[in-house]
Amino acid sequence: MADAIDVEGLIKRFGAVTALDGLDLRVATGEVHGFLGPNGAGKTTTIRVLLGLMRADGGSARLLGGDPWAEATALHRRLAYVPGDVTFWPNLTGGEVIDLLGRLRGGLDRQRRDHLIERFELDPRKKGRTYSKGNRQKVALVAALASDVELLLLDEPTSGLDPLMEEAFREVILEEKRRGDRTVLLSSHILSEVEALCDRVTIIRAGRAVETGTLADLRHLTRTTIRAELTGPVNGLATIAGVHDLTTENGRVAFDVDADALEPALKSLVEAGVRSLVSQPPSLEELFLRHYTRDAESVR
Amino acid sequence: MTGTLGLIRLALRLDRVVMPLWVFVLGLLPVVYVSGFDTLFATAQERIHYAQISAANAGFVGLYGPLHGDSLGELTVWRGGFLPVMIGLAALLTVIRHTRADEEAGRTELLRAGVTGRFAPLAAAVLVTAGACLVMGVLVAVTLIGHGLPAAGSVALAVSYTVSGWLFAGVGAVAAQIADTGRAARAIAVLVLGVSYVLRMGGDISALGGGRLDWMSWLSPIGWAHRVFPFGADDWWPVVPAVVTTLATVAASAYLLTRRDLGGGLLAGRLGPASAAASLGSPIALAWRLHRGLLAGWTAGFAALGLVFGGVSTSVAQLAEDSASMGRIFSQLGGSDSIMDAYFASIAQTCALIIACYAVQAALRIRDEEQTGHAEAMLSTDVSRWAWGASHLIFALLGPAAALLAEGLVAGLVHGDPGRVVASALAQLPAVWVLAGVATLLIGVAPKLAAAAWAVLAGALLILIVGPLVQIDQWVLDLSPFTHVPHLPGASFTAVPLLILTLIAAALGGAGLLALRRRDLPA
Repeated sequence: MADAIDVEGLIKRFGAVTALDGLDLRVATGEVHGFLGPNGAGKTTTIRVLLGLMRADGGSARLLGGDPWAEATALHRRLAYVPGDVTFWPNLTGGEVIDLLGRLRGGLDRQRRDHLIERFELDPRKKGRTYSKGNRQKVALVAALASDVELLLLDEPTSGLDPLMEEAFREVILEEKRRGDRTVLLSSHILSEVEALCDRVTIIRAGRAVETGTLADLRHLTRTTIRAELTGPVNGLATIAGVHDLTTENGRVAFDVDADALEPALKSLVEAGVRSLVSQPPSLEELFLRHYTRDAESVR
Repeated sequence: MTGTLGLIRLALRLDRVVMPLWVFVLGLLPVVYVSGFDTLFATAQERIHYAQISAANAGFVGLYGPLHGDSLGELTVWRGGFLPVMIGLAALLTVIRHTRADEEAGRTELLRAGVTGRFAPLAAAVLVTAGACLVMGVLVAVTLIGHGLPAAGSVALAVSYTVSGWLFAGVGAVAAQIADTGRAARAIAVLVLGVSYVLRMGGDISALGGGRLDWMSWLSPIGWAHRVFPFGADDWWPVVPAVVTTLATVAASAYLLTRRDLGGGLLAGRLGPASAAASLGSPIALAWRLHRGLLAGWTAGFAALGLVFGGVSTSVAQLAEDSASMGRIFSQLGGSDSIMDAYFASIAQTCALIIACYAVQAALRIRDEEQTGHAEAMLSTDVSRWAWGASHLIFALLGPAAALLAEGLVAGLVHGDPGRVVASALAQLPAVWVLAGVATLLIGVAPKLAAAAWAVLAGALLILIVGPLVQIDQWVLDLSPFTHVPHLPGASFTAVPLLILTLIAAALGGAGLLALRRRDLPA
C-alpha cells in the first residue's frame, strides 16, 4: 500500500531561521507513527506544511497521495487535525465547535461523538472562553476522532490532559489501531505514550530526522544498562569496544553496553563469576536523551 | 496597589510607540488649526465673516460643536471640536489594552501571582492614561501660548481636553470590569462615547434652530468639554462634573473589580447548547455567528443616529428661513442648493467616516482569527482560504451598507424625504469599501503590519477634518477616498467616481485575498 505521508528532504526557512533542514518522514498507511522531538525541533512546522498551511522552501511532501499545498482542501476531507495549542471561538460552546468542525470536514459520526464526549468527561455546553487548556484539548480530540477520516494528525494531543484522560486517550487510540482503518501521526515528547501506542517512530532534532524505525529497531541501537555483583576480579571488560561508563567498586560493576557488544561483555562477567545481575532494557527515553544531550554538546 | 509602579513602567514600555503618537498628534493639532486660520484669513473682517457663517451651519455645528465668538482662539477651539472624541477614544482604548485585554490573554494572571496587588493593574492603566492625557494637555497649552494666544484660554482648552481623556479612561476602566473580553469591553466603552457624541450633536443642532432638544448636550460628557468655551467665556464649572464623573467611574471600576474573579466579567458566561444548530456548518454561517452581535450594535446605533439627525432637521430648516442671505452664502460654500442639502451631505460624510471604523475592524477579523489560532482549526478542514477570508470580508462590505441604510432611512423618514437622504448615505459606501480593501491587502501582503489599516483610516480622517483648513495641495486631499464622493443630496449625482472607487476597493480586496492564499499561515 502507498504511504500515507511521504516527506523527503523538506526544507522550511523563516527568515534567517531554518526550521526544517532536509527532513525525511515516511508514515505507512494504517500505522500509528510517533513523531518525537524536543520543543522547537520542527514538529509543528512539519505538520503545518503537511496541512498546506505553510509552503515548503525545498524538498517534497506527499500526503495521502496528493500535493498538500495544491490540493489542500480536497485532502482535508480525508484527515482530521488536532493543533498543539488549541483555542476556539469564545462565544461558541464546545459542542458547537465539535459539530462545526465535523461538518466542515464532511460529516461526523453522531454516536461516536456522544460516546467520546462521555469518555473524555467533557461538558459540551460550556463556552470556548471558559474551558481550561485540557478541556479545549478534549474538544479538539473529540472533533477529530468522531470524524470519519483516514488520517489523524495529532500535535501533542495530551498536553494539558490529566493522567486519567491521558489513559482514556491511549485506550481510544488503541481501539483505532485495532480497527486498523486509520493512519495516525502522533507528535509528542511524552515517551511512554509513544512507546505504548506507536508502531514506528521518527525522532527529529533541529529540523532533521535523526532516527527512524520500529521500536525494536531503535532499541537495537541503544545501550542496555548492566549492574552486577561479581565473585572474582573481571578482566578485559574495559577493552571491549561498545562498553561505556564502566565503574568497578568492591566487586560491583556497572556499565552501559551497545547491543552488539552484549555477548562478549556477558562472557567476561561469567568468567569472573556472577553473584547477582540486573539488566535494564533500553528505553525510548534513553534514546531520546542521547540525541538530546548530543544536541546540547554540539551546541557547546 | 503593591507593584503599581513596576506595572506603570511595563505599560510605558509596551506602549512606547502608540501612546506618544496619539499624545503628540492630538496635542499638536490645535496649534496646526491656529496657523491654518492665520494664513486663511488676510483680515480680521474675513475671519469674523467666516465665523458668522460657520456658527449658523447646522452641519458644522453638528460635527464640531457650537461657535459663540469670532476670535482666532474661539475658531480654533470650535474647529477642533472633534478632538475631545478622539482623545476619549485614545484614552479608553489605552486603559482597556492594559487591563481587560491583558487579562484575557492570561498575562495578568502571571503578574497577579507575583507580588502585585489586586488593584495594581487597574491603577497602573488608569494612571498611565491619565498621565498621557495630562502631557497632551500641557502640549496644547504650551504650543498655543507659544503661538501668542491668550494664556487663560489656552489653559482652559488644555484642561477641557485633559478631563475629557480622564473621563473616558474611567469609562474604559468600568467597561473592562463588566465585559470578559477586550473586544466586548471596547464595544461597551465606544458605545458610551458614541452616545455622548450623538447627544451633544443633537442638542447643539437643536439649540441652533431654537428647538427644544437642547438639553441633550448637557447630558453629554463631550458637551461638557465644549461648554468651557475657552477664549470666550472661559467657563470652568463644566470641568467639575467631568472630574467628578472620572472619580466616580474609577471608584466604580475598583469596586466592580472586587466583585468578580480574575478572568471573569460581571456579564457571566452562561451554558450554551450542547450541539450546534443545523445551520452552523459553513464558513459564512460561522462568520455570521461571530459578526452578528457587533453588526447589530452598529446598525442599531446608526438607526439612533438617524433619529437624532432627522429629528433636529426641523431646526435646520428654521435656520434657513430665519436668514435667507445666510442660505445663499451656504449654497456658494457647500455647492448645494439648500441649507438642508448641505446639512445632509455633511451628515453622510460623518457617518461614512464612523462606519469605516467598523469596516476596518471587520476586515481585520481575518488577521485576528489567524493570530488566535482559530483559522488553523478551520483551514485544516475542507474550507479554502478563499472561502474563509471572504466569509469575513463580506461583513466589512455589507455591514456598513446595513448601518448606513438604517441611518439614512430613519433620518429620511423623520425628516420626510427618505429617498434622497438614503441615497446620500449609501453613496459613501464605495469610499468605505476602499478602506476595507486596504485592510485586506495589508492582511494578505504584510500581515504583521495589518493594524496599519487604522493609520490609513486616521489619515483619511485627518485629511477630511484638517485638510481644507490648512489648504494642503489638492493631491493630498485626493488621497482620501471620501474626497471623491459626490456631495449628495445637493450635488448632481455622478456615477464615475463611485464606480472607480468600487473598482479600486475590489482590486485591493482581491489582491489581498490572492496574497492570503499564497502565504504561510499563521505568519
